[in-house]
Amino acid sequence: MISEQLDKIREEALKQIKGSDGLEKLNEIRVNFLGKKGELTSILKSMKDVAPEDRPKVGQLVNETREAIEKVLEETKNKMEAAARDAKLKAEVIDVTLPAKKNKVGHCHPNTIALEEVERIFTGMGYEVVEGPEVEKDYYNFEALNIPADHPAKDEQDTFYINGDLLLRTQTSSTQVHEMEKGKLPIKMIAPGRVFRADEVDATHSPSFHQVEGLVIDKNVTFADLKGTLAEFAKQLFGPETKTKFRPHHFPFTEPSAEMDVSCFKCGGKGCRFCKGEGWIEILGCGMVHPHVLEMSGIDPNEYTGFAFGVGLERIALLKYEIDDMRLLYENDIRFLNQF
Amino acid sequence: MNSSKSWIKAYVPDLSCTDQEFFDDMTLSGTKTETYTALDKNLEKIVVGQIKTIEQHPDADKLVICQVDIGKETIQIVTGAKNMKEGDKVPVVLDGGRVAGGHDGSPNPAEGIKIKAGKLRGVPSAGMMCSIEELGSTKDFYPEAPEDGLYIFPEDTEVGADAVEVLGLHDTVFEFEVTSNRVDCYSILGLAREAAATYKLPFKAPVVKVKEDGKGNVKDFIDVEIKDTDLCSNYCARVATDIKIAPSPEWMQRRLASVGIRPINNLVDITNYVMMEYGQPMHAYDLSTIAGNKIVVKRAKDGETFVTLDGQERKLDSEVLMICDAEKEVGLAGIMGGENSMITDDVKTVLFEAATFNGPNIRKSAKRVGLRTDASGFFEKGLDPANALDAINRACQLINELGCGKVVPGVVQVGLPIKPLKRFALEADKINSLLGTDISKDEMIEILKREEVEYDKKTDEVIIPSFRQDLNQMCDIAEEVARFSGYDKIPTTLPKTSATTGGISFKMRVEKKAREVAQFCGFSQGYTYSFESPKVFDKLLLPEDAKERQAIKISNPLGEDFSVMRTISLNGMLTSLATNYNRRNKDVRLYEMGNIYVAKSLPLTELPDERMQLTLGFYGDGDFYSMKGVIEELLDGVNMLDKVEYDPNAGKSFLHPGRQANVIYDGEVIGYLGEVHPAVCDNYDIDTRVYVAVIDMPEVVKYAKFDTIYTGIAKFPAVTRDISMVVPKNVLAGDIEKMIRQRGGKKLEELTLFDIYEGSQIKEGFKSMAYSLLFRDKEKTMEDDEINSAMKKILKGLQDLGIELRS
Repeated sequence: MISEQLDKIREEALKQIKGSDGLEKLNEIRVNFLGKKGELTSILKSMKDVAPEDRPKVGQLVNETREAIEKVLEETKNKMEAAARDAKLKAEVIDVTLPAKKNKVGHCHPNTIALEEVERIFTGMGYEVVEGPEVEKDYYNFEALNIPADHPAKDEQDTFYINGDLLLRTQTSSTQVHEMEKGKLPIKMIAPGRVFRADEVDATHSPSFHQVEGLVIDKNVTFADLKGTLAEFAKQLFGPETKTKFRPHHFPFTEPSAEMDVSCFKCGGKGCRFCKGEGWIEILGCGMVHPHVLEMSGIDPNEYTGFAFGVGLERIALLKYEIDDMRLLYENDIRFLNQF
Repeated sequence: MNSSKSWIKAYVPDLSCTDQEFFDDMTLSGTKTETYTALDKNLEKIVVGQIKTIEQHPDADKLVICQVDIGKETIQIVTGAKNMKEGDKVPVVLDGGRVAGGHDGSPNPAEGIKIKAGKLRGVPSAGMMCSIEELGSTKDFYPEAPEDGLYIFPEDTEVGADAVEVLGLHDTVFEFEVTSNRVDCYSILGLAREAAATYKLPFKAPVVKVKEDGKGNVKDFIDVEIKDTDLCSNYCARVATDIKIAPSPEWMQRRLASVGIRPINNLVDITNYVMMEYGQPMHAYDLSTIAGNKIVVKRAKDGETFVTLDGQERKLDSEVLMICDAEKEVGLAGIMGGENSMITDDVKTVLFEAATFNGPNIRKSAKRVGLRTDASGFFEKGLDPANALDAINRACQLINELGCGKVVPGVVQVGLPIKPLKRFALEADKINSLLGTDISKDEMIEILKREEVEYDKKTDEVIIPSFRQDLNQMCDIAEEVARFSGYDKIPTTLPKTSATTGGISFKMRVEKKAREVAQFCGFSQGYTYSFESPKVFDKLLLPEDAKERQAIKISNPLGEDFSVMRTISLNGMLTSLATNYNRRNKDVRLYEMGNIYVAKSLPLTELPDERMQLTLGFYGDGDFYSMKGVIEELLDGVNMLDKVEYDPNAGKSFLHPGRQANVIYDGEVIGYLGEVHPAVCDNYDIDTRVYVAVIDMPEVVKYAKFDTIYTGIAKFPAVTRDISMVVPKNVLAGDIEKMIRQRGGKKLEELTLFDIYEGSQIKEGFKSMAYSLLFRDKEKTMEDDEINSAMKKILKGLQDLGIELRS
């Protein structure tokens, strides 16, 4: 009798579930059949009319019926939810090729990018980065670098003077002297900074530009060490295939002196528009610190030797980024800066 | 310094290499070669032809038909040239040949011009006769060439010969960049010596022998006295009589032309030739113009004037050295001779001068007098005194050889004694340890010998020739050894120095952080100049007594626009923004990290204070508070945000009076921000609102910290209370917040302004503000009592500020 009733309930429930059209309806069905006032519950309530010996069996039947209904309810619910999500996802299709929403981040100046490259390479080799004054005493810019009062190099550099003794430094080499005077050896430093020369503004000249000076002083530092250090620098800056060539040159504060060329990093040395067909590009000047320079700064040249080099930041920036006019570096047109 | 290869080869006869090899090898041995130019570039199939007949072209008035014998055959050429006659010998370009350019003086095309047989007005023409311009040269270098028309060879020229060869154009001119220490290489002989050493070839300097075929003795003609030996250490004089002015021989003309010197006549050409060959400028005076047969070398008097041989009057001063005779000045020493003693075609007797002047003095004099010449260019390098005598003798030898006059026996040489040759120890071991090489002493000696540096075995010393003023000590010799054994042969090692830590300073780290924050906030980095125009102060409306006007002046600026060191960084920023605005770039945000230069006193006696400034500027999207946000991001990045306040009384003339503030950290001004004053915007032609901020980085560096200590994430719930109030307009949010934070105590975790309103619903002179206060105790859940008592204090404080609370 009860089992028939249960079968009927189950049948009715499954029929209603099958015919349901949404989660709400499904919930209604759950309440109607399984809720506190539901049909199944009312059967349980009528258990008191069942003979005690039959009660466990009836109880079991009721539970089976409940489980059967619950199972179908759950399955149907899952199916409906999945269908609803699918429908939602379908409705949410976007055009992924529409423009991106960019964070407006500012850009670093090519000079600074070049400087940070140089700093990264040399600090990695244990160099300290130091700075010196831009308005400088004649002594540090010239005399202490073996460029006495009447030296032609003083004219060549077309110096801006404040007065007889103070000037705008023409080279970051002045920072060498300040470091040497500190008397702390060994020295392994680079000194980046702004320098000034009385050159009219044009595509390849600027009255103010930037250099990075390098200086190493210790016992037994050799020209071979200078070559090795700068060859490593060139490889890190321009790529591992970069070759270096050292040509004799003259600077008053180094002897022997050299200029370093690197194999053209655009054509690999075959010759191109960029290296003017030569395959090599001049990058920097360098040499062994002149014994007079060491002596003037209180270092015994019989005990210590060292090398120095100076590289133009703008030169590296212009070369690396193929910038064809130096004036662009000081105009600060956002369309230029945004490219870096 | 230029030289043709053939001129160098005259002293290094065995030199045999391609132009490119010579270019590379000289550069690698230390004589840097800038460029080289083949004089026969694009000259192909050009021979000497003789014009047999000239007939009028039947259909063209301006053309003639020539039958030209080119040796093997006679060809017909139609030409428009007029300056030739039958029998003339001319350069002829054959069919398929090439010339350098046209004859109208326009720049020569890179590939030259190809010549083909063809017809001119119906008459066949098998080639072209050409002018010196078409051969890539000019009348300046071939003075015998006609003003306009075909180049005509001397009568004895061989018909059918290579015309380029006959003209001496199978040659290459090299341009060398000689460094200031190598005075000796400012001469063809010096360059040739380097070439010989580079290729290990014999160097054959000219053998100078003077045939003294004149009458009497030089002493009968001239007496020389140097009054100022500090400016003239050596003076050599010789005399030649019976001068016959004529063109110099072709070989001399060609060599001078190849180094860019225009041939004039035999006498002038000899002095120029010796100047280039020996690197010793000379001067020739007409002896008949020299009063009292006397030369006196002395300083000029202040304010004197002198007419140089170019006819210009020059102002002199007491540091300018003059060559004088017994009565007057006759030459601006080392720079240019005087009009009053110059050589004319009527000259009979010539006085040659080869002197050694003080280089720096010549350089300065040339600058002051405003006249830089080839000669002064040589002298200013500081010449070898021992060279003067050789040079003057060489000039006299050329007088002999060119048959230009008779050389009077004897030389006058006065001045300081020529110094003995320098000697010092050859320290082979030290050289090797400086270079990092293992070169044998014998090899070093061999290399030095090639450079005419002798080795004295007895004393183990090197003996330096007088022309090598640059060799003074071991390291100089090391360079000689290195460059001739090859810089490329030196090993490549890394220094074996003691360990160093390296890295960047704290200051740089703070600046880097500031740059990163600026970029993160959308600002791109600009660079501007450190010097600017003093007009900037007016553009920025700075009052007359503003300290920014105390700028350091450059004594020799490029112009007023670059004449003072900046004391304020805004001009660069506003100029850059204006550039962008003018170019219609939208929403531009820039920053700069650069120094200003603050003088401790003026005129400057000690180094100024160089203060790094972070300057931010933008126009377009954003307002005052956007800029304020950037500053707070920055200060947060260096853990300084906790003690920052803003004072609206910044007093900046260039900023909007109601939209500016000083940024204050712990009571100290560390910068300012604001909207740029519209009048200043006008001065920079910017027609929109501009916001700027300047942070004085040394102040930030002083307080910046990168250490952060973790304080735990709050475990207990927070309690929020909102306050809504009506505030008198003149009460600053900053003051309200400062008071609330003080009274709220440590447990006031957050204070957020969530509404501010001024307008119709609020009474005149007031604004409505609403804050949300978030309290939290880190140790426990907060009790109502505690919050209430804090709120009570705060509300009391608000009332004290004249603020009404809204329910």
